[in-house]
Amino acid sequence: MTVQVYIPTPFRRLTGNRTRVEAEGQTVGEVLRRLNEHYPGFNELLYDESQAIPAHINIYLNNREIHSLQGEETPVADGDEVAVIPAIAGGSGTALRPDQVTRYSRHIIMPQVGPVGQRKLMAAKVLVVGAGGLGSPVALYLALAGVGTLGLVDFDVVDLSNLQRQILHQNDDIGRPKVVSARETLNSYNPDVKVVTHEVPLTSENALEIIPQYDIVVNGADNFATRYLVNDACYLSGKPLVDGSILLFDGQASTYIPGKGCYRCLFPEPPPPGMVPSCAEAGVLGALCGTIGSIQATEVLKLILGVGEPLVGRLLLYDALSMEMRTVKTRRDPKCPLCGDHPTVTELIDYDAFCGGPPHVANAPVAAG
Amino acid sequence: MAVEVRVTAVLQKITGGKKSVPAEGGTVDQLLKNLDSNYPGFLHQVQGEDGRLHRFVNIYLNDEDIRYLDRLETPLKDGDVVSILPALAGGA
Repeated sequence: MTVQVYIPTPFRRLTGNRTRVEAEGQTVGEVLRRLNEHYPGFNELLYDESQAIPAHINIYLNNREIHSLQGEETPVADGDEVAVIPAIAGGSGTALRPDQVTRYSRHIIMPQVGPVGQRKLMAAKVLVVGAGGLGSPVALYLALAGVGTLGLVDFDVVDLSNLQRQILHQNDDIGRPKVVSARETLNSYNPDVKVVTHEVPLTSENALEIIPQYDIVVNGADNFATRYLVNDACYLSGKPLVDGSILLFDGQASTYIPGKGCYRCLFPEPPPPGMVPSCAEAGVLGALCGTIGSIQATEVLKLILGVGEPLVGRLLLYDALSMEMRTVKTRRDPKCPLCGDHPTVTELIDYDAFCGGPPHVANAPVAAG
Repeated sequence: MAVEVRVTAVLQKITGGKKSVPAEGGTVDQLLKNLDSNYPGFLHQVQGEDGRLHRFVNIYLNDEDIRYLDRLETPLKDGDVVSILPALAGGA
């Protein structure tokens, strides 16, 4: 039987930082013992001196604690998930506090989430690129859901014209850095979320330092150069990317998993400068940000929880005027220069030049947009 | 072949604001030329001077990207829905 094993944060140094790994076995016990073959040292972390699983580590099969089943003898089936959840003092992995049980009760009572799922959310680290129209609802819903660490990248300050749609910012925030305003709003909703602010433009110089610190990346950027940069950096770092974009009354969303296609497979080249307008040039209906942003947040939560079918291999198209949602199929392009069979893009490039603008100058001051 | 063509916001400026227009053509290439004759300037938005599709514009026959079918030579039949989708970047 081939199953997925959810690896808790303290054990991930053994699995190359992966949250989930595939494993084989007929029973839960066999699956766990065989993990040591691929990830040496696993046994030392999992078992005590008498080769038993200590009381402070819970094992779940499909979100049910194995003591309520047949313990380590519980048989597994293809596609099952075995989750290793230690209870350690401080930080993620602790049992839920009573106020957290109440706060997240609407999650916990769902079979697809449960206390195990909620703790996965609290152990997750998600980076949101852009604290604007899309970044705001994404970050907000992830914070409300209890995602443990949220990184926000935005070097801009709040402008009056943002307040038509950027729900993390309010009147009194005009002129303040967006990431500061965002952090205050997010923590006023949920003090447990650790909000890490990156008040810098995301560039080829820093993307590969910032992105690997997180599990999943959400794109809320507003220009093509950043889209290609985020796409490339996520692929090179092995991170899933939840993408979204909006303009006028249209929205798009998709999810990219390294190896299963990327933004370049979909749009190998950006349009020449000036051909596709920005929101500042053409406008956007504010509520659209909520629609697409919520879809992006939903995709992130599904990835963390391991439920449902994410938008991998699909591009969601939303037409708000006719209220139609459609999907078209996307796929990995074997000729993609980044993720294809013979990649030519193996490191980050000058994305400003790629998109037809003046070449990027490292550390040049950038005007607030 | 009588086909329904769907375009997103940016192209709607050329189709008089309509998001769905009828068009004719036995292949995608013929369809685009038919659209250009009804809506002058259409071809320029989707194709370069060399007659090749812009790489930031995708065309779907029903829900399949024509890049993985026969590209501009992809045959069409009555009742097909062709969607023309330029990349859009807005997020802020």
